[in-house]
Amino acid sequence: MERCEIDAMISGIRDNRPGTLARAISMIEDEEPDSAHLLEGLHPFTGGSHVVGITGPPGSGKSTLTDRITKHLRKRSKSVGVVAVDPTSPFSGGALLGDRTRMGDLATDPEVFIRSMGTRGSLGGLSRAVYGAIKVLEAAAKDVILVETVGVGQSEVDIARVADTVVVVFVPGLGDDVQAIKAGITEIGDLLVVNKADLPGASRVESVLESTLNLAPPREEPAPKIASASAERDEGVEELLDLIEEHRNLARESGLLELRRRMRARAEITAILARRVSRHTEGYLSDGDNGWYRRLTRGEVSPGELAEELWSKLLGQESEG
Amino acid sequence: MSEGRIRVLIAKPGLDGHDRGAKVLARAMRDAGFEVIYTGLRQTPDQIVSAAVQEDVDVIGLSILSGAHNHLFPRIMQLLEEAGAEHILVIAGGVIPEEDIPALEKLGVSRVFTPGTPTSEAIGFIRERVGA
Amino acid sequence: MFDEKKLREIEEQKRKWEEGPVAKTIGRFPEMKEEFTTLSGYPVERTYTPEHIADIDYEKDLGFPGEFPFTRGAQPTMYRGRLWTMRQYAGFGSAEESNARYKYLLEQGQTGLSVAFDLPTQIGYDSDEPISAGEVGKVGVAIDSVRDVQTLFDGIPLDKVSTSMTINAPASILLAMYVAIGEQGGHGPDALSGTIQNDILKEYVARGTYIFPPEPSMRLITDIFAYCSQHMPNFNTISISGYHMREAGCTAAQEVGFTLANAIAYVDAAVEAGLEVDSFAPRLSFFFAAQSDLLEEVAKFRAARRLWARIMRERYGASDKSARLRFHTQTAGCTLTAQQPDNNIVRVTLQALAAVLGGTQSLHTNSRDEALALPTEDSVRIALRTQQILAHESGVADTVDPLAGSFYVERLTDDVEEAAREYIREIDDRGGAPAAIEEGYIQRQIQESAYDHQKAVESEERVVVGVNRFRTEEKKAWDLLRVDPAIEERQREKLENLKASRDAARVETALEELAGAASTDANLMHPILEAVRSEATLGEISGAMRSVFGEYRAPIVL
Repeated sequence: MERCEIDAMISGIRDNRPGTLARAISMIEDEEPDSAHLLEGLHPFTGGSHVVGITGPPGSGKSTLTDRITKHLRKRSKSVGVVAVDPTSPFSGGALLGDRTRMGDLATDPEVFIRSMGTRGSLGGLSRAVYGAIKVLEAAAKDVILVETVGVGQSEVDIARVADTVVVVFVPGLGDDVQAIKAGITEIGDLLVVNKADLPGASRVESVLESTLNLAPPREEPAPKIASASAERDEGVEELLDLIEEHRNLARESGLLELRRRMRARAEITAILARRVSRHTEGYLSDGDNGWYRRLTRGEVSPGELAEELWSKLLGQESEG
Repeated sequence: MSEGRIRVLIAKPGLDGHDRGAKVLARAMRDAGFEVIYTGLRQTPDQIVSAAVQEDVDVIGLSILSGAHNHLFPRIMQLLEEAGAEHILVIAGGVIPEEDIPALEKLGVSRVFTPGTPTSEAIGFIRERVGA
Repeated sequence: MFDEKKLREIEEQKRKWEEGPVAKTIGRFPEMKEEFTTLSGYPVERTYTPEHIADIDYEKDLGFPGEFPFTRGAQPTMYRGRLWTMRQYAGFGSAEESNARYKYLLEQGQTGLSVAFDLPTQIGYDSDEPISAGEVGKVGVAIDSVRDVQTLFDGIPLDKVSTSMTINAPASILLAMYVAIGEQGGHGPDALSGTIQNDILKEYVARGTYIFPPEPSMRLITDIFAYCSQHMPNFNTISISGYHMREAGCTAAQEVGFTLANAIAYVDAAVEAGLEVDSFAPRLSFFFAAQSDLLEEVAKFRAARRLWARIMRERYGASDKSARLRFHTQTAGCTLTAQQPDNNIVRVTLQALAAVLGGTQSLHTNSRDEALALPTEDSVRIALRTQQILAHESGVADTVDPLAGSFYVERLTDDVEEAAREYIREIDDRGGAPAAIEEGYIQRQIQESAYDHQKAVESEERVVVGVNRFRTEEKKAWDLLRVDPAIEERQREKLENLKASRDAARVETALEELAGAASTDANLMHPILEAVRSEATLGEISGAMRSVFGEYRAPIVL
């Protein structure tokens, strides 16, 4: 791609042209060589959006909540970008991405851009793609960017935790509320939402959350707030949105926002590096014919030495390239 | 090095609620390594085209059994053109009479699969046309 | 049914037979498969003997036709007294065209009507709304107001013909329209007989024509139960349907289990609303598919009857009349192939035979060309003739439950019942059918089965004649039924005329009252009837309820 084509793409993104946004995200996701230049070019136009992570276990109603939050944001005349991440099948590498089913009527709103993503599974690849998609949406001047990810606790899929505001969704009846709390999930959230609050058991989840927070060691950041909602019935969403906005304002004043942005930048750099390293090494290690495994089994090298060898090779290549 | 994966939007235009075929095909495509975005029922042509553009899909698969294809497909093809997304391969399946197919193909629908078509045939067709 | 000693002897002889002749034969000609299974995937043994039914108690498990637990049939004399109702699901285009098709079917010897509505009607939209574009009159008849219903049944004696209406979310509106035209023709609601499908739960699962969320939907259903128990003693207030879930891919046992779990939810809702079980349960009816595995299907119908009878007695202490499962059957649309369409006639014959051997109360036989389009008159006639040949030539209607006592069929009946019971238990554990649907459990089960079936067909583990085996090159142009696209325009004109000629103030008051009643717990049938009589349109009446109830968004399960 010529430099001018990338420039044209950047200006298309800044003009909020859906086709261009979509194409740019694909380039990043597919790790096309030009995507690095694109991201460089986009960087000056980023940082203006409020990035909200929404995470929680499967079945917690995250997509419905995302849909409702988006609608309320639209009522407040905010433009919205959504990145919805679903797991890729480890067997086929394919994915069934169904988050849009909850957001069908948002598809035609020009101020809403929704993108589904599979986790795909390469080390650092997903994080790189999601950070990239956020950049594209920021450059398109979306007021709010919602990043919805499945699963809790796994750093690879847990990009939500480095958002400006992190919403963790709980739900009664899945039996994993206590599990999640044990796993320290309360610590990553700024807002803990009990969704499906109309179901029996909701108040129990809330009280378990409260007592967990009371027992938690003090932290620098303000303690998470607990909210309840029923996304399906559109109850409590307006209030949740108020809390989200309030968090962002407080975070800006207290310097927390700066801290989060730094964490995100650090995570992004780490992801880029990790991806770069793994792309070099994966190729070598997946090739059964170059004899590394034979050398290992014969006791000629240890895994540590082999890693060292690959590292030097990598540095050599990098300095040549 | 590109890691491009084939992305497909499976959509049910119109009011028809029979989604067995759409879902079976979606799963078969996932198992073939495609990324499949499923839109759910009662999708308007505008919704389908916007979703296809935002998701930057390579293929749109339309499933319809209600007989409304002659009305809905032309609209979808027209909107795709307006959105500058003619490059997206459009395939269709469902209860679509043989005699309607030439007209749909003329509109730009690449292939119409009638009931009984194995999913492998649709998948093979996509691979051949989109590559990867 | 055999004593211990005899059973042991049989067991011993069977062992010898397996070690001797069977082993020898297999040595020379191996069996074609390692494992034989029914269409639903249950293992099928080489042969069945009295051992397989050793635990079946004739009096307790089978009994006599027309008696608890109704395994052998819903009525004592079954088809010797009266044949099943031959009821072809039909309707397309305008009310005028559909009326002509109904009259044709009645002339050809059909004994009941079954109305197919178009999708806008089923989802509560008028023909002139933008969302209806392209769908008007396509999969059924377009109905916008009571005037269309009048045209639809013009010249048909409503007190003599029973009418089944495949309508769910707006069932109360169509029922009210039917009552209204009955009154105009001098027949009170008590003189009308027929069925409304009125089964919203399976719409959420498989068929997709829902409008409102579950709670108000269940309320509309119990309102209908209550209204009919007082005013329409001959009307089946619901047709709890396994058909569409089966079509979506589930197995025979799942069909029974999921359908009866939905039925339990309806009974619970009605009891909750204060109705006496025996006041409404005798008017519950069921609707199943007839698939191609003949004997498994017969077993399924028998198992469904027995299981429902037991559930009604165990859970609700219901009377035998309430416990008696009556059902309509349709041959399985998903088995129809677009390839070599005439083969479908044979498939339909086998499936219809299963329904008759299983004791169905009414039957729709699919037409050979339905994988291609709506059926032509010729095709529908052949489908109807298929039923008539079964009824009058095959002899299977002359004795009740002819397969009873078959070692295989009795074993399968028992197995299907037990497996279905297990599904119901699972659903109970999840808080009942509505909760299990919300959570996606039922949908997931169906999709798994559908995907497994598809893979089996693609690997040719399951043979589909003309599709994955025995293909022929064919280039036969089929004469297909076409719905005239001008119908949309004509409906629009009719709506314009209607709106110009009716009493607008009366319509407005009726719709306001309906919306008002919807936010209380009053029975909605009365305000709906008034709205229908005022000539409010189907879209307006649905809209009034939409404004109060909101719209449902289905959990999409992938």
